[in-house]
Parts: sequence; C-alpha cells; structure tokens
Amino acid sequence: MQPETAVVKVSAGAQPAAAEADTKMLINGVSVYYKAFRAIKEIDLPVYENRVTAFIGPSGCGKSTLLRSLNRMNDLIPGARLEGEVLLDGENIYAPGQDVVDIRRRVGMVFQRPNPFPMSVYDNVAFGLRLLGLRKKSVMDEIVERSLRAAALWEHVKDNLGQSGMALSGGQQQRLCIARAIAVEPEVILMDEPTSALDPVATLTIEDLIQTLKEKFTIVIVTHNMQQAARVSDFTAFLSMDDDRAGYLVEYGPTMELFTNPRKKLTEDYITGRFG
Amino acid sequence: MNATQTSWRRRLTYYFKHGDVLWWALITLSALVAVVLVLWIGWQVWVQSAESRHAFGWAFVSPWAKPAWNPALDKFQAWPAIYGSLITALIALILAVPLALGIAVFLSELAPPWLRGPLNYMVEMLAAIPSVVYGLWGIYVFLPLVVVPVGKALEPLGGLPVVGELFQGPTPASGFTRLGAALVLVIMILPTIAAVSRDVLQAIPRSQREAAMALGATRWETVWKVLLPYGQSGILGAVILGFGRAIGETMAVTMVIGNSAGGGYSILKPGYTMASIIANEFAEAVSDLHTSALMEIGLVLFVITLLLNALARWLVVNRTIKRA
Repeated sequence: MQPETAVVKVSAGAQPAAAEADTKMLINGVSVYYKAFRAIKEIDLPVYENRVTAFIGPSGCGKSTLLRSLNRMNDLIPGARLEGEVLLDGENIYAPGQDVVDIRRRVGMVFQRPNPFPMSVYDNVAFGLRLLGLRKKSVMDEIVERSLRAAALWEHVKDNLGQSGMALSGGQQQRLCIARAIAVEPEVILMDEPTSALDPVATLTIEDLIQTLKEKFTIVIVTHNMQQAARVSDFTAFLSMDDDRAGYLVEYGPTMELFTNPRKKLTEDYITGRFG
Repeated sequence: MNATQTSWRRRLTYYFKHGDVLWWALITLSALVAVVLVLWIGWQVWVQSAESRHAFGWAFVSPWAKPAWNPALDKFQAWPAIYGSLITALIALILAVPLALGIAVFLSELAPPWLRGPLNYMVEMLAAIPSVVYGLWGIYVFLPLVVVPVGKALEPLGGLPVVGELFQGPTPASGFTRLGAALVLVIMILPTIAAVSRDVLQAIPRSQREAAMALGATRWETVWKVLLPYGQSGILGAVILGFGRAIGETMAVTMVIGNSAGGGYSILKPGYTMASIIANEFAEAVSDLHTSALMEIGLVLFVITLLLNALARWLVVNRTIKRA
C-alpha cells in the first residue's frame, strides 16, 4: 500500500529500463462502488509509458474493476461510481466535461473472451476507423493491413479478408480483437485476462505479441496466471481483499522484484501458491 | 449375434429405466400432430375449393382479370381481396417497423431500469387486447379522429402519375377505408414486432456492446452499427411475424375496412381483405360456388402464409450460416 515507496524503489535502479519510463497514467486514491458495495478501495498506482503493468490477485479482488476504471468502462454498469481520480497524461479522465468517447479511443481494450463483431475480418478492424469518420479506401486498407500485421494475424487472413471474423480460431479471434483495438492508435491498451479462454499455444503467441506491442503502446494487463505476469510484465500490482470484500493494493513494484523479493508476507504467500 | 442381442436388450432396458422411450414417443407424437394439422387444413381448403378452381381457373387470382364479386350471378374474382390484404399489411409494416424498432431499442438499451418494467408491461398489454376491441375503438375513435383527416390530407397525392392511383379520393366521411384498416393494423402488429425485437436485442452478448464502446462508439453508434446488424436475422423474423399477423388479422380489419368488393387501387376507398371477405360472407354464402370461392380465398391466404414462413426461414438460415 505504499506506491510512493515503490516508485522510489524503481528509480533506485532495480530495473534500469523501467526507471527511465514516464508516467502515462496515475491512479490516485481510487475507490469504485457498485451501488452500496465498495469493490476496490483507495488504490494508488502509476502506469508507465511503453511498459507492461500487470494486475494480479485472487478472484474477486477487483482487478478487472480497477482495469475498467482506466477507460471508464464501468460507466456502462448501472449504479457504478468512482471516487478519487485517474490521470491520463496528467489529466483526470473523470473530471466533468471529459469526453468519454475520446478517452476510450485513447485507452483501448481487449476482453477476456474474444468478441469480434459478426462481420468480415476487414470490417472488424475498420470498425473503429469508420467511427472516427475515415472514409478513404486506400488509407483504410493500409491501416487495416498494418494493424493485422502488428497483431501477427496478417499472414493468416491476407488472402481472405472478407471471411467472417467469427470463423477464425479462438486465438486468431483474440488477435483480431487486438488488431481492432490498435487500428485506432490508442495510447494505452487494457487487456482483461486476454488469454484465459485460449489454449497454451495461442496464449504464448499473445504473450509474444504483448512484448512487441509495448514498443508502441502502454499496456495494462489483468491476469490470474502468475507465470504470465512474470513473463510479460515490467511492473506488477498485487491486489487482495479484506473481510469487507473490498479489493486493495497489497504491493506494487517492478515485476522481478515483486516476484523474487516480495516485501509483504501476503504477496509471498500468493506468489508461492499458498493462497488464492 | 448373441452379443448384439445382449447389447440391444441392455440399451432398451436402459431407455425404459430412464423413461427415455416414453419421452421420445411423446415428443415425436407432438411433432406429428403439428405436421398432420397443417397437411389436413391444406388438403381441406384444396378439396373444398375445387368447384371454384374449375369454374374460374387462374383468372380467379389474376390482377388483370375483370374484378367481379356477385353472388347473385355466381361471378367471383379474388384479386381485390388479395390486393386489400397485401396493401394493408404492407402499409402497416412500413409504418410499424421503424416505430417498433425504436421501442425495442429504447426498452433494451436506453430506458432507465425503473421505467423498463412498466413499459414492457404496457407493450405486452397492447398485444393482449382482443382484436374486436381494436375494431370498436377503431370505428368510434380512430377512424374519425385520425384516419379521416389523414385520408383527406393524402387526397392531393391523387394527382401524381402512377402512385396517384393509391390516393384517389374522396375519403368517405365514415373513414371505412383500406387506409383505416392499415392504420389499425399498425397498432396491432406494433407490440409483436417490438417485443420480439427487444428480446433479440437483449439476447445479444454484453461483450458486443463493450467491444463497440471500448472503440469509442457512442450509444447510438453501438445500436446502429453493432446491435442491429448482430440481431438482423432475429429482427427480420420479428418483422415477418408482424406481417403474418397483419395479413391474417380478421376481426378488427373487417370492422373498419368497409367491406366493399369494389375494384380500384385507392387506399382511400373501402375494400376487402382475404380474411375479412371470408369472415363477412361465409355464414351467408348463397350458393355452393360462393362457398367454394371463399374456400379458394382461404387456400390463397394459406399458401401466401406458407410462402412467407418459408421465406423467413430461408432468410434466417441463410444469414446465420453466412455468419458462422
């Protein structure tokens, strides 16, 4: 629960590459309520630019809730309410007058289950671009190709971009969803357990992809798989919940440090598999 | 041999023990009842319309044959009734579909939870009102207050080429017109289309909405570009259901359409629909040929309904396969 200390530790040089990163987003004293129920309480956390930040923790500790507060997806749930602030490039995305649509374009999202639209591969990727008002075919073609390449899917679909996105395999569908998310060139990509519905091979492909994507994007990933957090992330936040079932931040730090030398007993118990 | 026998017996015992055979037999029987009923009705109207079919041939249903409906002279021709059914159902559909989709979208996507329950209830109530009540309300309230003014307002269109045929006035002061029937049908098929479309929209996984929203889609864009395309086959099914109800509706239409066997294409004139002419004349049919002619109209209505259902099925299957 001392992100300040964690940040200091980072700059102290546990992971030199991480130390140089700028803060892209800052979660500042965030609590989320669903009606009267408090799902997460007073979380403080930075998200560094061009790094992968992982949220881990036992089921129900509010990892997804926290993730979804980063692009205001919780707004869609009736009765959801947020206290505190979430800064994106220093600006509170919950401030009155903020354009939710614009925030969601800047902070894209990939979901737990692949959810392509029931339309062609091309139209899936072009969807967000068309929302932005892009009409020019040549530009569209180029961005669709670039996005599909970036999602490591181009080789599989280039000969038949007209096929239904739903006809692809699960792993390919998830990569299609990634292509769809990056086509609108967001700054941050949120991934909510993106591999939990996939087989091990497809999971590895996505994990490799995350490593390439972070060169261009800032990535926040929720995972229930600690090995995955260890493999893909630069920073890890470990969340747990109290008796009141509200999730809170137990420990945050560079992934290597958190996994090899946790400062909290609870973290150690969790990553060694003693609970959760 | 012995082995197969044993396994066969074991399987049978197994089925009996778990009630499977009985279950299977019951289900199959129920399915057969439906099939037998359809075939039986089809066969009946076919056989009983024989006299009329032999007497008039294809001219009976032809748009180009001279319209005639004269029980005294035993002259019958069904086109005006067929036209009446098609035009009233079509107008009803054109007006009801956008409205019903609006209601469905509102109920499923926009309405605050506290409003949703009462509104759903109201829409379903609209579907539960007996059609004779719609008819009465139509005669005493809807025709004078809405249909007559609308009819009068449409009369100037009668001057247009081709489509002008549809708007030949003057509108009768009573309001008994094809337009009146069509507008009453709008109200009657509205809840059907709205309720089914609402269910279709609500069945769309939340992940589809989230996917669209996460890409920066507004609510409107989510509805228009994701939900309606996703639910299109279901919504199409709802529309065809509505069309089926419109074309088959008897009581309310009979009460407001004016029941005139006259020809012409104007919606501002009284007319007949297939269902209303049968309801109106069957009990007082003067000759065997008259009865037979009404049976043949029943046959036409039956065939049109079957074709409509086949079309609906084909559209739904076709689109579903393409998507999967």
